[in-house]
Amino acid sequence: MATLKELVKKPGILSPGHRLCAGCTAPTLVRQVLMAVDTPVVIGNATGCLEVSTTIFPQTAWRCSWIHNAFENAAATASGVEAAYKSLKRQGKIKDEFRFITFGGDGGTYDIGLQSLSGAMERGHHMLYVCYDNGAYMNTGIQRSSATPRGADTTTSPAGEKVPGKPANRKDLTAIMAAHNIPYVAQVSPSHWNDVVTKVKKALDCGGAAFINAIAPCHRGWRYPIEDGIEMARLAVDTCYWPLFEVVNGEWKLTYKPREKKPLVEFLKPQGRFKHLFAPENEHIIKEMQEQVDRNWEALLKRCGEA
Amino acid sequence: MAEKKALTGNEAVALAMKQIEPDVVAAYPITPQTDIVQYFSNYVADGKVKTEFVTVESEHSAMSATVGAAAGGARAMTATSSQGLALMWEVVYIAASSRLPIVMPVVNRALSGPINIHCDHGDTMGARDSGWIQLYSESVQEAYDNLIQAVRIAEHPDLQLPVMVCQDGFITSHGLENAEILDDETVKRFVGEYKPRFSLLNPAKPVTFGALDLQDYYFEHKRSQSEAMKNAGKVILQVAEEFKKLTGREYGYFEKYMLDDAEVAVVALNSTAGTAKMVVDELRQAGSKVGLLKPRVFRPFPAKELAETLRGLKVVAVMDRADSFNAYGGPLFNEIRSAMYDTPGPKILSYIYGLGGRDIGPADVTKVYDDLLEIKKTGRCDSILNYLGVRE
Repeated sequence: MATLKELVKKPGILSPGHRLCAGCTAPTLVRQVLMAVDTPVVIGNATGCLEVSTTIFPQTAWRCSWIHNAFENAAATASGVEAAYKSLKRQGKIKDEFRFITFGGDGGTYDIGLQSLSGAMERGHHMLYVCYDNGAYMNTGIQRSSATPRGADTTTSPAGEKVPGKPANRKDLTAIMAAHNIPYVAQVSPSHWNDVVTKVKKALDCGGAAFINAIAPCHRGWRYPIEDGIEMARLAVDTCYWPLFEVVNGEWKLTYKPREKKPLVEFLKPQGRFKHLFAPENEHIIKEMQEQVDRNWEALLKRCGEA
Repeated sequence: MAEKKALTGNEAVALAMKQIEPDVVAAYPITPQTDIVQYFSNYVADGKVKTEFVTVESEHSAMSATVGAAAGGARAMTATSSQGLALMWEVVYIAASSRLPIVMPVVNRALSGPINIHCDHGDTMGARDSGWIQLYSESVQEAYDNLIQAVRIAEHPDLQLPVMVCQDGFITSHGLENAEILDDETVKRFVGEYKPRFSLLNPAKPVTFGALDLQDYYFEHKRSQSEAMKNAGKVILQVAEEFKKLTGREYGYFEKYMLDDAEVAVVALNSTAGTAKMVVDELRQAGSKVGLLKPRVFRPFPAKELAETLRGLKVVAVMDRADSFNAYGGPLFNEIRSAMYDTPGPKILSYIYGLGGRDIGPADVTKVYDDLLEIKKTGRCDSILNYLGVRE
């Protein structure tokens, strides 16, 4: 494992000067992912914050080949690029060793892009799909997605007089991807850079389709102080809201176990989107959310042979 | 060496795809295109092509993966019909605006709803403004010949535009006809090796496809796309000329059948033109001066050439196998009438026919010619928009 000092000396593939919000954790995460790459790489990007902010014509913040097609088809598009690579390599028209990484937000991955992602994973293209999950359609004004946690106040699941935020639980996309029986699936957080780089290396070298789900706090949508993004990601991990694990060829393994499992309120409290849950009539929701996190955590520990 | 073979339209197209041997094919089966994907799967399974075949989970992904492959510097193809083309819709536009020379056989089929699997042109007419070149094919032979020419047209450096090659669902796609098939080597030589100008897979020269294009550039990009379409006419004729040298078969913007001295004429796309030719022969024998114009190139629309050709006629019926629901006339009719606006020329009528695979026989076409001859004689025309062969 390279040290952080060594890693930051690598010329970054994502350059400064992009137009993502100050304090956004997506570019931090993207830089961590790309630190694991030692070959030429083609980046695919679903429509979303990362895409619109980094490639406003005639400029680009990417020091590599990059393709955006539409919102829901990033995985299918990458399948095509990878197929072109396979074909041209077989014919001797390409000599370089390429890697293929696709980034999509939770909207383009959990929701509208799920079919295309599922298809690409099932077909086993040699590519890594990274979902940066900020828990809503942040780019278009913080509308709920199927990754939005229960109770969150968004512009399409607003906390109103009758309905206290999003009524439904979030979808467990990482488990859905693991159910595709692909060689590598993992969950990461930019608060644990070493874990990110290690997992991306494994994913890129797994020889087939790989999926990594990354939590990517968004201060616009979550409503916490701009500078606390990485801290929020760390709280998500330490409260076991966002556990870090990997599934290698079907084997589940916990890669980080918090020394002390913090209560979920520590993750919820600093976020404006959960403010209404602290009203007396809504406190039961926090209790139920905590129970859900506990159940998920226990099930994960069992799956990983830790309980 | 060329050889005669009895083939269905789908077989012929799949065979042409095998002979072209694209680097990548990403496709999904849909009736009546299904055979194309199946035949191609067999070529792949038997190791007859070096193509990387991506069996996508939908047509949306078929077009998406084809775009990815073409951006990756591969010669890339897919095929579709009807709902499949409708599902691709969003990415069909992106393929054209990304200037990717994708070639796509389309087996024309009616669009839902109600669901129907048979032939009409509602699918490709719906995609007429997507920035793709559209070639139409009367027969199995033409579907085969158009597909081979399409590769050269799409990849021409002045164009870099995707091409749809259309044929009629079940009528041409499943009908067995004799066609002259070129040998593999001749096809390979004709299409040549693909040398993309830009590729995602050149580490020395990274490229960006699909950047965000705001008010300050979008319009210029659309304008340059339009200019490429304007260039397409000339290229289509150049490629046709080369193809003629190779095969003796002649292709242009359209085919004129008994048109030069005709007084009335029908304009019809694809297989209906074959039926109309038979009717023209019969009516000519009976002494009527009738003719036919069969467009091959619908995008770009050869407006000037069509106007020059049709101007001397007295009455023309434009037959559309698609309705545009404008309560005014079919899509081909509208474009032809618009093209004729500055020319003192014939009276032009719209006939909408054959939707959802409703059969179009010689008697139906004869009725159209009878109408035209009557209008020519009396100068009286009751209705510009007509529905042919429908119970009303």
